Amino acid sequence: MSVLEMYVNYLSHSLVRNAIIVGVLIALCSSLLGTTIVLKRLSFIGDGLSHVAFGALAVAMCFSFTNNMLIVLPVTILVAIILMGSNDKSKVKGDAAIAVLSVGALAVGYLVLNLFPGKNSGNVAGDVCSSLFGSTSILTLGGEDVWICIVLSLVVIMFFVVLYHRIFAVTFDENFAAATGIKSKLYRYLLAIIIAVVIVLSMQLVGSLLISALIVFPVLSAERIVRSFFSVVIASAIIGSLCAFAGIMLSILWSTPIGATVVCVNIIVFILCILLGKIFGRK
Amino acid sequence: MAQIQGIDVSLGYEKRIVANNINFEINQGDYLYIVGENGSGKSTLMKCILGLEKAVGGSIKYGDGLRQKEIGYLPQQSNIQRDFPATVQEIVLSGCLNRLGWKPFFGKKEKEIAKEAMRKLEISDLAMRSYPELSGGQQQRVLLARALCATSKMLILDEPVTGLDPYAQEQLYAMIYKINKEEKITIIMVSHDMEAAKMYASHILHIGGEKCVFCTKQEFIKENGGCLF
Ligand SMILES: Nc1ncnc2c1ncn2[C@@H]1O[C@H](COP(=O)(O)OP(=O)(O)OP(=O)(O)O)[C@@H](O)[C@H]1O
Ligand SMILES: [Mg+2]
Repeated sequence: MSVLEMYVNYLSHSLVRNAIIVGVLIALCSSLLGTTIVLKRLSFIGDGLSHVAFGALAVAMCFSFTNNMLIVLPVTILVAIILMGSNDKSKVKGDAAIAVLSVGALAVGYLVLNLFPGKNSGNVAGDVCSSLFGSTSILTLGGEDVWICIVLSLVVIMFFVVLYHRIFAVTFDENFAAATGIKSKLYRYLLAIIIAVVIVLSMQLVGSLLISALIVFPVLSAERIVRSFFSVVIASAIIGSLCAFAGIMLSILWSTPIGATVVCVNIIVFILCILLGKIFGRK
Repeated sequence: MAQIQGIDVSLGYEKRIVANNINFEINQGDYLYIVGENGSGKSTLMKCILGLEKAVGGSIKYGDGLRQKEIGYLPQQSNIQRDFPATVQEIVLSGCLNRLGWKPFFGKKEKEIAKEAMRKLEISDLAMRSYPELSGGQQQRVLLARALCATSKMLILDEPVTGLDPYAQEQLYAMIYKINKEEKITIIMVSHDMEAAKMYASHILHIGGEKCVFCTKQEFIKENGGCLF
């Protein structure tokens, strides 16, 4: 059977199509958000939050909730708001706080999973591994999950389109933006909430350890090849979604873990972009 | 009424008072120099005027049709990253945001304003260049153009010439002076450059510990012989 036939065969399953739709949408949102996160030097917040989300997920799992999101999402949003709300003066402390928080959440989460293995799964190592590195659960997404994901992604994209100029101003120079009457604080909190939502969403795709890759890599790649903010946003969104698409397709082909494959595709594209940038005479 | 009137303003952070009893009055078309030692509270006063910080005492009143959000601002060393990917045009245009109201996007009018600002600061030919690739002086002019987009009434410039070579300094001073004279835009400038103050200022506000003096340039030169500290 040729590769093409195999894909045609796979794509005839709605589960595979769902996985691709969700994966690409998640990657699109993360890379859009990534532009402000990376340019505002907040990459570490994404990383910290994903660990917090893991901790919350672990706790939720051992209580065997019907829907883990009901715990994970609020907790992550809360922590995001606290972390983003701290102002610049306390940045150094904030940095350490995030490190403490993320490692702490990781340790507590692992411990909780070991102490109280959930009723509906006897396999602790499997649970941990899939929530850290992403699971194949993306291949079992039902119609409802897909719709939730589509709606949330549309919200994120709308947020970006409608507030594009304000986001640019706040990202570039928060003080100036505030001086001309933009509510920088408000945007910080909005951003915090959206980051949390996107992180919780992308846990399904790549797992909590790898989320930062989805957020950071597309922007860094885009920065190498284009120079205006607008084109960085667009390029990053395109690179992010294409990498996710390619990664998912490859992982189906080679039966490799989806998360890791998507991230590796991102790494390769990043290296290509560095080379391209060098060739065309950019830093 | 004056555009801005400060009455017994005290500046500080948390419990610590930085400067006391600052009185001043700024009218349309004035060119105010704010001078004082490092750490005397000049930038803090600017932030209070802009509403980024709160004065711990006294009051700052706005009049003559000036609203707080209509002041153009050039921050001291802003926390702008050197390698931020943005073109000159994008940055200058972002100064027009306070004109947008609830509209999400810029229209013809804002683009025209941005173009005009770039023309005034002689950076029209840099419009499509990327900001990190510019020299310090060029970057400063871009930020000044952005500030100009945000206002038709008042500019607050916090040490705009720091780090520029003497020639670029002169050029920037000349541009600011021209904006002040030709468009009657009030200028408030923080600076350590007394020579420039003597040349361009109409008023001088000296901030420092107990003694805060507000006077016209002529009075200042007569009293201190132009010597500051
Ligand atoms: N965010 C802050 N929190 C606490 N204290 C601050 C803060 N910003 C400034 N200060 C303190 O307030 C005082 C005045 O600072 P300010 O930046 O206004 O000085 P300045 O006159 O602008 O000095 P320079 O000439 O160096 O620019 C300084 O002693 C400084 O340590
Ligand atoms: Mg200062």
